[in-house]
Amino acid sequence: MSKITYREELNQAMAEEMTRDESIFLMGEEVAEYNGAYKVSQGLLDKFGPKRVIDTPITELGFAGLGVGAAMTGLRPVIEFMTWNFAMLALDQIVNAAAKMKYMSGGQYSVPMVFRGAGGSAARVGAQHSQSLENWMANVPGLKVVMPSNPADAKGLLKASIRDNDTVIFIENEINYGDVGEVPDDEYIIPLGKADVKRAGSDVSIVAHSRMTGFALAAAKELAKEGIEAEVIDPRTIRPLDENTIITSVVKTNCAVVVEEGWRFAGIGAEISARIMERAFDDLDSPVIRVTGKDVPMPYAANLESLALPSVRDIVEAARTACGRA
Amino acid sequence: MMCLGIIRGLSFIYFAGGNMSAKQKQDAGITHDGMFFAQEQLHEMHDKMLFIRRFEEKAGQMYGLKKIGGFCHLCNGQEAVCVGMQHAAEATDYMMTSYRDHGHVLARGSDPTAVMAELLGRAGGVVKGKGGSMHMFDADKNFAGGNGIVGEQVPIGLGFGFSSWYKEDGRVTICVMGDGGINQGAVYESFNMAALWKLPIVFMVENNQYAMGTSLDRASAETQLFKRGISFKIPGMKIDGMDVLEFDKKMSEAIEHARSGKGPILVEAMTYRYRGHSMSDPATYRTREEVDEWRTGRDPIARLQAQMIEAGLATEESFKQKDRDIKKEIAAIAKAAEAQPEPDAAELWTDIYTDPIEGAYPYPGRVG
Ligand SMILES: Cc1ncc(C[n+]2csc(CCOP(=O)(O)OP(=O)(O)O)c2C)c(N)n1
Ligand SMILES: [Mg+2]
Repeated sequence: MSKITYREELNQAMAEEMTRDESIFLMGEEVAEYNGAYKVSQGLLDKFGPKRVIDTPITELGFAGLGVGAAMTGLRPVIEFMTWNFAMLALDQIVNAAAKMKYMSGGQYSVPMVFRGAGGSAARVGAQHSQSLENWMANVPGLKVVMPSNPADAKGLLKASIRDNDTVIFIENEINYGDVGEVPDDEYIIPLGKADVKRAGSDVSIVAHSRMTGFALAAAKELAKEGIEAEVIDPRTIRPLDENTIITSVVKTNCAVVVEEGWRFAGIGAEISARIMERAFDDLDSPVIRVTGKDVPMPYAANLESLALPSVRDIVEAARTACGRA
Repeated sequence: MMCLGIIRGLSFIYFAGGNMSAKQKQDAGITHDGMFFAQEQLHEMHDKMLFIRRFEEKAGQMYGLKKIGGFCHLCNGQEAVCVGMQHAAEATDYMMTSYRDHGHVLARGSDPTAVMAELLGRAGGVVKGKGGSMHMFDADKNFAGGNGIVGEQVPIGLGFGFSSWYKEDGRVTICVMGDGGINQGAVYESFNMAALWKLPIVFMVENNQYAMGTSLDRASAETQLFKRGISFKIPGMKIDGMDVLEFDKKMSEAIEHARSGKGPILVEAMTYRYRGHSMSDPATYRTREEVDEWRTGRDPIARLQAQMIEAGLATEESFKQKDRDIKKEIAAIAKAAEAQPEPDAAELWTDIYTDPIEGAYPYPGRVG
């Protein structure tokens, strides 16, 4: 085990995969000479040269489409969006092209590629640079959506995403880039579609992804002081979702809290709650509680910003209510 | 050999009739602007254009009978572009276009029964009945759609061109868009990157003068579309898209430019669609005279027929016979396609993922 950052893990995942397979290339704004806006691609240009690590003009729709076309010819593009906020300009290529190409072509063309970059709420950057849009992506058949919550998962999941033969939406967390964690020294891969129980517990199930997994673990610590043992589940892959791990937990705890940074309406929490209702209704002692970002554009002022986001306290309170110990 | 007539100042026609020597017979053909077309090639190009014309007419009929559903965009009038382009390209070159794709996929050499079956939503369609008129794909023929979002195929074409640059495989990508499509921002993003990295791409705009009901001058500040690449240093060519020989000749030059490593080139094909935008469009936004001017004055099939008759390579009667044969062939194709079953219900759930994940939700085909 060694201790390195989430950012470095992502970097290593790409370096290892690019060494293994020459059909992989990395493309995006500032990925090469600048070493990445968030330094995720640090050193890759030196290692792999300008043919495989390519700086683009600021044209998200264009280079997203380039990735789709290149993937259709059998290359394995890793397309970096500086942040997912900017990927909205590329939605047509993601939703209308990448996700549907296999189906529309009757199986003749697949699009094995990764769209990756920083997502989620950042700090003090206002409404346009701070948001969670994974529910948009997760709604689309043909896409897979992956969101790592810690350094070890970041590496194992990115490697699996690059090797996957479908289009993977890989959403990193801007605030987690500097997080340090324990990581196995030997090569490892984390299969897509597998959740991870980050903390075992028998009183309440808390489902949380990306940065919210850390919040849920902090909440579990608080709850433990009151004698409430929370089970924290990180889906890791949002679509397709390892619902069995979630359902198994709910069957054990009989109550659940679902946490997400994004907006409440038609969010990931809405989907997970519905699945719990559909599959474990009789096992529930209380309604599933959602903890979500507030239904507002992200404000700038520090106090307003923290009001807009879910807090550890929100999760603690929701968990107490869910298991009837409020 | 005798140099005889000149059509539109460029086509030199060699007499092939009469008492020709074996050598002359072998040489029979038409030299257009220095490019020689042997008679077999001419017949092939003619037959393909006529086939596409009759195929589209059949599609129109089938639509009228409600056997084809949804949107159906015919390319009558634009056949020389489809056929001339394929004649100029290699089979290994990539191409992609918009939803107006029947003519292109047929010219590329896809099985016409599969194309008709696709229009009818049948199991044996080129994409198994999952795409319909707008989404023809044939990977074996390097035909990458069939794209329904205006301009969407242009960044995708950029990716195919990038791939050839990356793999150094010597292929050229021919990326087709409409005069309406060329106004999309994605096109200029693609022009910029293609030129920046000198990718082997021929961007081709089929200027049929209209985007649905909007005429070119109502939508474009610069109506000389071949100039749209100038600020990206992409050279432009304007080609008569109603003359298959001219189109083949100039398109060959454009493809050669891209293949030789000089980077992308923009080709503007001047053409016209005889029918409305789609089947529901009566096309009242243009005058009868305008349509007639193109249809009777510049028709690509009539033009080639006249050239071939003048060169003694065919007769009016032989073309009439050919037409009857093609109509018969297409009637048989339509019948065979119609006789096919609809796709199996299980097809609803296939081709969504290459690697669906067992045990995770949603899983294709597992509902509830
Ligand atoms: C992004 C987008 N906007 C609008 C449409 C609706 N639409 C379909 S075809 C068309 C006109 C396109 O004209 P042009 O590019 O000239 O191609 P043509 O139909 O003449 O071949 C429009 C507006 C669409 N399919 N996609
Ligand atoms: Mg048009």
